[in-house]
Amino acid sequence: MAYINLPEENQLPGIRGLMAFRPETARPLNALAEVLLRDENNSLSRGERETIATYVSYLNNCLFCQSVHGAAAQCYLEDDGSLIGQIKENYEKAPISEKLKALLAIAGSVQKGGKNVTNEQVETARDAGASDKEIHDTVLIAAAFCMFNRYVDGLGTWAPADPQVYIPRGIRIAEEGYANYDPMNSIGK
Amino acid sequence: MAYIQLPDNAIGMRGLMAFRPHLAPHLGAFTEGILSIDEGLSKAEREIIGTLVSKLNECQLCEGVHGAVAACYLNDDEALISQIKENYENAPITDKLKSLLAIAASVQKSGKSVSVSQIERAKALGATDIEIHDTVIIAATFCFFNRYLDGLGITPIEDPEVFRERGRMIAKGLGYAPKK
Repeated sequence: MAYINLPEENQLPGIRGLMAFRPETARPLNALAEVLLRDENNSLSRGERETIATYVSYLNNCLFCQSVHGAAAQCYLEDDGSLIGQIKENYEKAPISEKLKALLAIAGSVQKGGKNVTNEQVETARDAGASDKEIHDTVLIAAAFCMFNRYVDGLGTWAPADPQVYIPRGIRIAEEGYANYDPMNSIGK
Repeated sequence: MAYIQLPDNAIGMRGLMAFRPHLAPHLGAFTEGILSIDEGLSKAEREIIGTLVSKLNECQLCEGVHGAVAACYLNDDEALISQIKENYENAPITDKLKSLLAIAASVQKSGKSVSVSQIERAKALGATDIEIHDTVIIAATFCFFNRYLDGLGITPIEDPEVFRERGRMIAKGLGYAPKK
């Protein structure tokens, strides 16, 4: 049970119930998620951006966000879940580019606090081919998920335990995006 | 020195908005929607929440700017803002706001740090669900902005007059939504 009274809470876990509760906040939040994670004017792929979001949500121990965004990342990366699992456990050993590893290290520092990012991490990312825009967007996405995770957990929302439940939502994100998401409409209300 | 090459003469968040201009309207609209409304929590209360969280995150820029906006809404009472940052439980503010600041301070640590007893205290002091919701989203948002600025190594501003001027601009009409 969330800390506040949410509409259709049983059918709307995580941020979905919050979006139904406060649509005026939901609209700009969804627009922000769309531009951060799906905008095509970006040299980081949608899969890479969802991977950063998933990793930060995992570090923040936010079950809902790491599951939804993990499912979206799986869909983009054509992964059955094993790659995302490996990245969460130890991205340094995962079969991903050196650039993405360096960006995940920056994201991991941002999760602790902005001041944890080091010059050395930024240099490593640059040496691995990351552009200023990619470094910027990594910090921005990691920081944004420190918000989304706190929003979802700070109001005590619930999250399904079964990872399979999230897979269709990940596919819908990949197909339809975030901008036009309407939680009530999603459950036929 | 920022970790990335930003346009000259653009300080703080404005430098980042100039670097990635397509993001500016989205961040601006979102910020405007949670800080520049008087429904339930006043604008001053919203800025106080943002200022406290920024102080806890040691983000000098956000603490400075949003503290200045809050002071501007409160007849330039900078002493009150300092008192709240130092020890809000002893500051001359409502018990309801104290209980909401306690929730915000937990959100700063992590979402899971918010406790049922904190929520019950706030509700017992008259906080509505919308006010509790807005407190959590504002506190969470500052965990976002603080990390965004500090994570890119954005240079602090030493002169408090710069904050005051920016605070007046925001409080007296400019707001956060991007202007044409």
